[in-house]
Amino acid sequence: MIETGEILQTLRMIQKENFDIRTITLGINLLDCSDRDAAICAGRVYEKICRIAENLVPTGEHIEREFGIPIVNKRISVTPVSLICQSDPRPIARALDRAAQAMGVDFLGGYSALMHKGATMADERLLSSIPEVLAETKLLCSSVNVASTRSGINMDAVKEMGIIIKKTAELTSATDGLGCAKLVVFANAVEDNPFMAGAFCGTGEPECAINVGVSGPGVVKVALEQVRGQPFDIVAETIKRTAFKITRVGQLVAREASQRLNIPFGIVDLSLAPTPARGDSVAHILTEMGLEMAGAPGTTAALALLNDAIKKGGVMASNHVGGLSGAFIPVSEDIGMIEAASAGALTIEKLEAMTCVCSVGLDMIAIPGDTSAAAISGIIADEAAIGMINNKTTAVRVIPAVGKKAGDRVEFGGLLGFAPVMPVNSFRNEDFIARGGRIPAPLHSMRN
Amino acid sequence: MTKALISVSGIDATGIIARVATKLSELNINILDITQTILGGYFTMMMVVDLDGANMSFEAIDNELQPVREELKMAIHMQRMDIFDAMHRI
Repeated sequence: MIETGEILQTLRMIQKENFDIRTITLGINLLDCSDRDAAICAGRVYEKICRIAENLVPTGEHIEREFGIPIVNKRISVTPVSLICQSDPRPIARALDRAAQAMGVDFLGGYSALMHKGATMADERLLSSIPEVLAETKLLCSSVNVASTRSGINMDAVKEMGIIIKKTAELTSATDGLGCAKLVVFANAVEDNPFMAGAFCGTGEPECAINVGVSGPGVVKVALEQVRGQPFDIVAETIKRTAFKITRVGQLVAREASQRLNIPFGIVDLSLAPTPARGDSVAHILTEMGLEMAGAPGTTAALALLNDAIKKGGVMASNHVGGLSGAFIPVSEDIGMIEAASAGALTIEKLEAMTCVCSVGLDMIAIPGDTSAAAISGIIADEAAIGMINNKTTAVRVIPAVGKKAGDRVEFGGLLGFAPVMPVNSFRNEDFIARGGRIPAPLHSMRN
Repeated sequence: MTKALISVSGIDATGIIARVATKLSELNINILDITQTILGGYFTMMMVVDLDGANMSFEAIDNELQPVREELKMAIHMQRMDIFDAMHRI
C-alpha cells in the first residue's frame, strides 16, 4: 500500500511545484500522401491527420482528469514536408494548419527539410516558403537540419537560414517576430522529438507513434533545497531520484495514451522543460546549486551535472527513451534565464558554452533587429559545429526583434514567454559565410 | 480492480466523512483505506477506493461527487491510484 507521505509528495509536486506532462505528441507518417498535384496532396494530408488524430485531444483530457496530472500540450508531428511535396509546399502548409486547428492541438511540427548534406528541389522550395508560411499559419512549426556528425555542415543551407530567419522576423514583426519562435535550425535532428518547434516524424518511425515529454524543473529545485551545502555526489543522487519519479509518470501517461488511442508507444523524452512561471525554471536549479545567477562561473559544470543526472534517473523509469532528453535552456521561456539575461549575467557566448552540455542549443533568444543575416548564419554554424563534433543534437532558435536593440524587450505570451534583446558580437563575418559549400564530417578517432 | 484516491480538504465541520461515505455507498464504491487529520481547523482526508463496483465511467463518478463538493464546500479530488504506484513503487 502507498503511504500517506508518498501520496502527499506526489500531490505537492503537481499542485505546488509545477510538475506536469509537457506534451503528448502524436507522430504521423505522411509519405503516402505525396502527389504531383499540391492540392491533392494537401487534401490527403488533411484527411489523414484528421482520421488518425481524431481522439488525441479528448483522450489527453481524459487522462489528465483521471490521473490528476496536467498535460499542458497535445501536439502532432508529421513527416518532413519536403519529403512529400513534389511541387508548391504552401497548400500543404495551409492544410496542416487547418488540420491542427480542427483537431484542437496546440502545435503541429514537420514543416521541415533535412538537408545536412545537400538540398533537393523540394528542400529549396520549402525553405523559400518558410517566412511566408510561418507568417500566415498559426500552429505550424518548422525545422531545418543543416548538419550532422556523419555528413558535416551544409554551409549553403546555413547561409540561407540566416536570410530566412531575418525574413521571417520581418514578416511577423507585428508579433515581435513570433514566426521565428516557430522555426528551429538543427544539427543532428532526432526523428522522435515531441518538443516544438523541432518535432517531426522521421522516416525511421512507424506509421504513427505516441511520444511523451515530461517536465518538472520546479520539483528538482525543491528537492535540491533539502540538500543545501552538501557535496555534488548528493546533488546528483537527488536529481536522479527526482527524475526517476517524474519519468515514471511520463511512462504511465504514454502507456495509457497509447492503449486508449490504439497507437504504438514511441518514447518518453527525459526532459526538464521550463515555463516562464515562477517555480518552473531550469536556471533556478542552477542557482540552487550555489550560483548567484545562471551565467556565473561554474554554470556549465552545474548544467552538465543536471543534464546527465536527469538522463541517468529517467532512463530506468521508462522502457523506451528518446527525443532530445535533457535540460532545456530557452531564454524567453524560463524566468531564471530571463532574469540572468536582463542582469547581464548571461551572454550569448556563455549560452553557447552551455549548449555543449545541455539537451539542445541556443533557444528562444531575442537578438537586435539589425543583426545581419551573416551574423545569424555564423551563430548557426558555431552551434552546428558543436553538435557535429560532439555527436549531439544542437539547435538555434533566435528571434531578430525588428526595430529593437539590445536591452529592449520582446513579448510572445503563453509558454513562449518574454525576453530581453541580447547583444550579438558585431564584428563582421560576411566573407566567411559567403564561401558556402560543406564543412567536412569530423574524424571519429583521436577525440580531444 | 480500479483503485482511486479521493482527497477531501477544507474547513472542518460535522458529518464530512459521513456525507462522502454515504455518497460512495450509494454509488456502490468500496472504501479500502482512510486516513484523516485536522490541522488548525483544516480538515484533510484521503480515501483509497475501488471504483469497479460503480459500473460507471470515471468522469460520471466524478460528476456524481459534484453535489457533495458544493454541499460541503470542500475541495474533493479523485484520481487514479496508478500515478502514485508509478511514482513510488518499482
